Amino acid sequence: MTRLFQSLQSLALAAGMAFLAIPLLASAEVPRPDIPEANARYSEAQGCVEPTEEMRKNHMEYILHQRDETMRRGVRTRQYSLEECINCHVPKPESGKVVRSDSKEHFCSSCHSYAAVKIDCFSCHRDTPMPDADTTMHRLGSGKAHHFTGTEAELTADALRAVTEEGLQ
Amino acid sequence: MSEHVDTSRRRFLGGTAGAAAGISIAPGVFLNQVAQAKPADQPVSSDNRWGMLIDTNKCGDGCDACVRGCMEENGWGDIHNSEPHSSPEQKAQWIRIVELRDTSTGYAHQLPLMCQHCKHPPCVDVCPTGASMKRADGIVLVDKHICIGCRYCMMACPYKARSFIHEDLQDQLVVAPRGKGTVESCTLCVHRVDKDGADAVPACAEACAAEGHDAFVFGDLNDPNSEISRQLALHGGTQIRADLGLDLGVRYRGI
Repeated sequence: MTRLFQSLQSLALAAGMAFLAIPLLASAEVPRPDIPEANARYSEAQGCVEPTEEMRKNHMEYILHQRDETMRRGVRTRQYSLEECINCHVPKPESGKVVRSDSKEHFCSSCHSYAAVKIDCFSCHRDTPMPDADTTMHRLGSGKAHHFTGTEAELTADALRAVTEEGLQ
Repeated sequence: MSEHVDTSRRRFLGGTAGAAAGISIAPGVFLNQVAQAKPADQPVSSDNRWGMLIDTNKCGDGCDACVRGCMEENGWGDIHNSEPHSSPEQKAQWIRIVELRDTSTGYAHQLPLMCQHCKHPPCVDVCPTGASMKRADGIVLVDKHICIGCRYCMMACPYKARSFIHEDLQDQLVVAPRGKGTVESCTLCVHRVDKDGADAVPACAEACAAEGHDAFVFGDLNDPNSEISRQLALHGGTQIRADLGLDLGVRYRGI
């Protein structure tokens, strides 16, 4: 009986020390969300379709505006479309592993779970690129702007935008 | 004078309705122009009114190619194992085959029935949120972003064209977002129409043509030179429940 009591006591002591240690570690560095890399860059100068700081703060405004333009007025530009976000920021499911929106490895969830902001985009929209995303939906426009390789990577942001607009026609 | 067909109160109040009406063409006056798809950054306009003519005489006996074509394109139905937990009555049905039988003669034939894309859609009238909407070009859609799933539109629709989604979905197709708690129906393959304009072929029509029946003609009812308008001028067409005065975008021949 005494031995049991002693072992319980030491266990409690160890647990207490562990609890003490956590705040010490945490105060050393605030944990940050682990945001996955995008599949491509918008241009050499700019990662996303707008400067990263702007996108971090206001991405929802761009998506909301595009949503109503597309849904109500049939405007189907691609620069701010949710489909483009997913194509660029989420790996294709074909690589054997499917990254779903409920996983922290999903670009959107990596930050949204950290910030505890619930999004319901993916109750209707698919959370991964279509398996044939590049061929069906990336004809000219943002296919070049978003998924360029080689020499096109040297184009400036303005030139890329021109390519995008040309491709839309 | 005004041909503006957008019944959205929100946009009317926003003042854009007047602007849209300003660029519309007077009734009976049409520009002869080569059909071309609108640029992606341009909104749809009421210069077009998309519609479909279905010749049920060409409809193959027991053929459901149009239904399967629609499923494939828009990601609903058994072939995608969509809504596995719902009963057959609950499952989405964007387009269905309706069989007609004359009881006195026994003559039977069939027709495909989907959203008729009314000019005066009852679903839009009854929608409490504005989610049920008609685009300027006549395509009737559900804006699922603001649909609350009340299903008034389903009750109002005389054609039983709309479905409600009862369960969580995954891996929807990019062209047709759809999800639990919202109502959906035929979009006239709006993604194809936005891309190809008058040259667009909805998936049902494409599947029908591939089957060799060619019962569907898609086109612009506002353009007197379009194939659909020419055929309607030549042979006429029937609107189902024309007595309701809804001015349907989908017309039939042979019923």
